[in-house]
Amino acid sequence: MNAQTLPIDAARATATPSAAPLAEGMRLAGLVKAFDARPVLRGLTYTLPAGRTLVIFGPNGAGKTTLLRTLATLARPTAGRAWVAGCDVAEEAGEARRRVGYVGHQPHIYEDLTARENLLFFARMYGLRDGAARADALLARVGLSRRANDRVRAFSRGQAQRLALARGVIHEPAALLLDEPDTGLDQEALALLERLVAERRERGQTTILTTHHLERGLRLGDEALTLVRGRIAYAGAASALDVAAVERLYAGQPIGGRLEGGATC
Amino acid sequence: MLNDGVRLAWTQFWAIVWKDLRAEARTRQAWMSMGLFALLTLVVFNFAFDLRVTNQATVGPGALWIAFIFASILGLARNITAEQDRGPMDRLLMTPVDRSVVYLAKVVGNVIVISVIETVALPIFALLYNLPILQPMIAPITLLGTVGVAAVGTQFAALAANTRARELLTPLLIFPLIVPVVIGAVRATEALFTPIHGDAPWLGLLAAFDVIFLSISAVTFQFVVEE
Repeated sequence: MNAQTLPIDAARATATPSAAPLAEGMRLAGLVKAFDARPVLRGLTYTLPAGRTLVIFGPNGAGKTTLLRTLATLARPTAGRAWVAGCDVAEEAGEARRRVGYVGHQPHIYEDLTARENLLFFARMYGLRDGAARADALLARVGLSRRANDRVRAFSRGQAQRLALARGVIHEPAALLLDEPDTGLDQEALALLERLVAERRERGQTTILTTHHLERGLRLGDEALTLVRGRIAYAGAASALDVAAVERLYAGQPIGGRLEGGATC
Repeated sequence: MLNDGVRLAWTQFWAIVWKDLRAEARTRQAWMSMGLFALLTLVVFNFAFDLRVTNQATVGPGALWIAFIFASILGLARNITAEQDRGPMDRLLMTPVDRSVVYLAKVVGNVIVISVIETVALPIFALLYNLPILQPMIAPITLLGTVGVAAVGTQFAALAANTRARELLTPLLIFPLIVPVVIGAVRATEALFTPIHGDAPWLGLLAAFDVIFLSISAVTFQFVVEE
């Protein structure tokens, strides 16, 4: 198997549910998320077609991570609904988990297991029959083959993040959620991340990422969503934005674009 | 379809047990702290009660189970807290694993870890307290008592793990609930040395407690670990 490509054929052979055709990558319908009485997401409505790459921008506290955690079924919507990869995250959480991969800004890897053991463990959790082959292919892909049998405790942050990236795609998710995945990555790993996103786009797989690196985000995204204080300040083509425009949105200044419900500001 | 679901749950169950035991075998953190605690408790009680032939059989089982239970809670809290604190629990919960499978696997992993300590502690107890504890019936008593402690401890250590005062809260939540286990285990152990005709079926009490608590916790664990 070519170490530079994901084990797609193996994924198809096991016919995981994520292989099902999906019309929508993500849909939000009046999504509200509040912690105690404090609303973090204030009625988001948005649709992302399947196979597109969405980049979500927003200043700290805008609700980016909360949105991704909701899509990853880790947080329940307070009101409204959200679908990812064709599944309602509240009503069909089990199926959504099969179809979604997640990589956060913290690796959150089992430190007392080796890199290979970590991937094998998650392969078993997804019921993958070819877990060992996938683990080895992914370790090669993220440049950790030589450290496959080392405990993660001894890894640098960047290496742990690479491993987290491999774990996030081990089940070939229909939708991949990347929450500031570029944090702590070196140039080589950043290039790997960008290749991964580009390959997923070519394969028609949905990718949703948040980043504070505006240039990189605009380069990677087909679509862009800018959140400011829990509301959508911009939703539209990433190509219609530049860094200055995103910064204006952060400052609360309107620019041209599609707002929630199709309105234009 | 159902068979596939059961097979996947079985695979996930053993994967979690294996992962927890593998990590513990490498760090030995829980085993070291639990083992030392159990040993110290047995030694201190041995001196504190000034044991004589007349009271050994009465005091000994109590000392043994205090050592087991306190040591167990030490390890249980550490196991769950470490996983929730450092975040891997979130990633585990993002996989299509039933929460009851996670709970039962954690209980089994904890029972195995605690049992290792108990296996080492029992001969030491026999030596220090001069009681014939190494007989076949101690195995089911210890196993049922340990399952009870692990069943309650896993559930409430997970509940307390998200709070600031978890070190205080974990034992406060666990101890009142395991009173039936303490009574049952101590009395069943005591009956090994001084059998009482017509005594209550302590093993039955332990087994009933385990079945009831495991069933309830397996169903409710998702509300503890999910938002």
